[in-house]
Amino acid sequence: MYKDKSEVVFSDDASALIQKIIRRYPDGRQKSALLPLLHIAQAEFGGWLSAPVMDKVAEILNIQPIEVYEVASFYSMFNLKPVGRCVIEVCRTGPCWLLGAEDIVKYLEKKLNIKEGQTTADGVFTLKTVECLASCGTAPMMQIGQTYHEHLTCEKVDEVIDHYKNNTEGTISHWSKDKIKA
Amino acid sequence: MSRQLLLEHINTPGIRGIKAFREKGGYSALEKALKTMKPDEVTEEVKKSGLRGRGGAGFPTGMKWSFLAKPEGVPRYLVCNADESEPGTFKDRYLMSHIPHSLVEGMIVSSYALGANTAYIYIRGEMLYVYHILEEAIAEAYEAGFLGKNILGTGYSLDLYVHPGGGAYICGEETALLESLEGKRGNPRIKPPFPAVKGLWQSPTVVNNVETIAAVPHIINMSGDEYAKIGIGKSTGTKLISACGHINKPGVYEIELGVPVEEFLYSDKYCGGIRNGKKLKAVVAGGSSVPILPGEMILKTPTGEPRLMSYESLSEGGFAGGTMLGSGGFIVMDEDTSIVKNLWNFTRFYHHESCGQCSPCREGTGWMEKILHKFMDGHATLKDIDLLWDIQSKIEGKTICPLGDAAAWPVASAIRHFRSEFEDYVRNPEKIKDIKHYYRLNNLQPVS
Ligand SMILES: Cc1cc2nc3c(=O)[nH]c(=O)nc-3n(C[C@H](O)[C@H](O)[C@H](O)COP(=O)(O)O)c2cc1C
Ligand code: SF4
Ligand code: FES
Repeated sequence: MYKDKSEVVFSDDASALIQKIIRRYPDGRQKSALLPLLHIAQAEFGGWLSAPVMDKVAEILNIQPIEVYEVASFYSMFNLKPVGRCVIEVCRTGPCWLLGAEDIVKYLEKKLNIKEGQTTADGVFTLKTVECLASCGTAPMMQIGQTYHEHLTCEKVDEVIDHYKNNTEGTISHWSKDKIKA
Repeated sequence: MSRQLLLEHINTPGIRGIKAFREKGGYSALEKALKTMKPDEVTEEVKKSGLRGRGGAGFPTGMKWSFLAKPEGVPRYLVCNADESEPGTFKDRYLMSHIPHSLVEGMIVSSYALGANTAYIYIRGEMLYVYHILEEAIAEAYEAGFLGKNILGTGYSLDLYVHPGGGAYICGEETALLESLEGKRGNPRIKPPFPAVKGLWQSPTVVNNVETIAAVPHIINMSGDEYAKIGIGKSTGTKLISACGHINKPGVYEIELGVPVEEFLYSDKYCGGIRNGKKLKAVVAGGSSVPILPGEMILKTPTGEPRLMSYESLSEGGFAGGTMLGSGGFIVMDEDTSIVKNLWNFTRFYHHESCGQCSPCREGTGWMEKILHKFMDGHATLKDIDLLWDIQSKIEGKTICPLGDAAAWPVASAIRHFRSEFEDYVRNPEKIKDIKHYYRLNNLQPVS
């Protein structure tokens, strides 16, 4: 945990990428880089955005911290509380739900012994439900980091969970760490 | 008979890379447009093609382009809407992840027509892996001299960037998308002014869907007139339909507009019929926002003609008897589907995704969701059906952006066509089992 933004330090690779992204917008429009920066920050700092991390992002973009908070709280991908190393996002919208998404959530809750929105005691898994991920033809499905796990059955869920159980890579983020290294 | 344009080379090995893409004729439209045509001539071809926006509203693309304001000394922007979050829709992700260069080429040709020197592809954040695929494709295009300064020595320059969203359905609405691209919350803007006059950073901007833009190179290659010959009437060209739900063969299909719905649903070439030998109950033909239609009404128009997969035929019968082609998200429900539960799920979705700016949408969607809970909890009365009807009618057309309509139409159509099912929930609540789970799923308390 950071006390304040002065303790928040992006890796060299991330800093370089951030500068590259800021240059994509016209001078004075650097605020546009906010969403990509929040993704990178979430990948760098444990899968969630603490206030010091958001303050750091505000400093980099030369905007007010409130401008970062109001955006981070609007979008569903940003976690404002600590999460497990592996966030499981199960699609709960109509088409997936027609094909059994609800049973998948139930099964995961039982298997991980947590409720939707919670994190396992060992800090490995957080279970989230999310809205349609544009994969309705391969329903039911869930996303972990960059990966779509589709055509889910209980057996398939078992396999996926086993795979991540011994995950030692640290946080599995949407913006993969490989892609931060330029 | 069925023309393949967008997906013709989808199975070619390596088509994600520029080499295979060029071997299949990719980037020929770019050369043709930039070297032999004036920008207005490109727009003219698009007008002639009759191409209509593939994002949902079906607005003629060439006309939209010609509305773009062109004040001296002010930059113009092209922004591609790759936010694809309409439930049931998964065609843009498919196209971008398999043939990313078709979008990149389309962006260059379209930007040239519009006189834009900077363009952005706004892709939903959940698809960050596709973001990286597009970035690779864009890097290849720069390398080949198709992007950057003085493209192919023509004097035209363009920079193209991808921009990720953060998870918000509303950012698919074009003005919310622009707000989001400016680094703000995705609150739709009041129109006018329209983006064509004041869009990204207050500059004239065109926003188009992925599939719309990917169609442009084909129009340039074959000519607008030839493109207009594909399809039927004012529904020209081909359309990607993403089919899902209780069918044997879910997936993305490129159809020539005008294929009979029955053929699309039952032939092995497309959906392959209903799963497990069940009967068809209902179809949501164009993404979750469009009116639901019972099986017999989706197959036939109110005058008894076979219904076709086209803008006009699907909407025949108006609100009472028709629906819309929308985004092409074709959701099929079999005889065992509960329309009420499904509606609850969609309404919950719209409530969750309302940006909260307008009270009819913010309050109305939540209220409708609660009432639908009552049905599922066995506490609803017949009056609640009328109340639902009343609320949806007070949302529709009374909000800043069309999300309000999108939330109202599923409710209105479900009541219109399946009223007896709502009544059944009131009269036989013992039929409804295991619903407590839904409350848990959403951390809600049952409403009594
Ligand atoms: C709530 C809402 C969500 C939308 N989502 C999308 C979307 O995900 N993708 C899209 O292309 N258009 C979406 N649209 C339509 C856009 O506002 C806009 O009309 C479209 O991008 C224009 O492109 P087109 O003319 O090429 O279709 C949405 C509209 C609304 C009201
Ligand atoms: S209709 Fe709903 S989503 Fe659209 S601006 Fe109003 S509150 Fe926001
Ligand atoms: S409904 Fe789950 S991916 Fe679309």
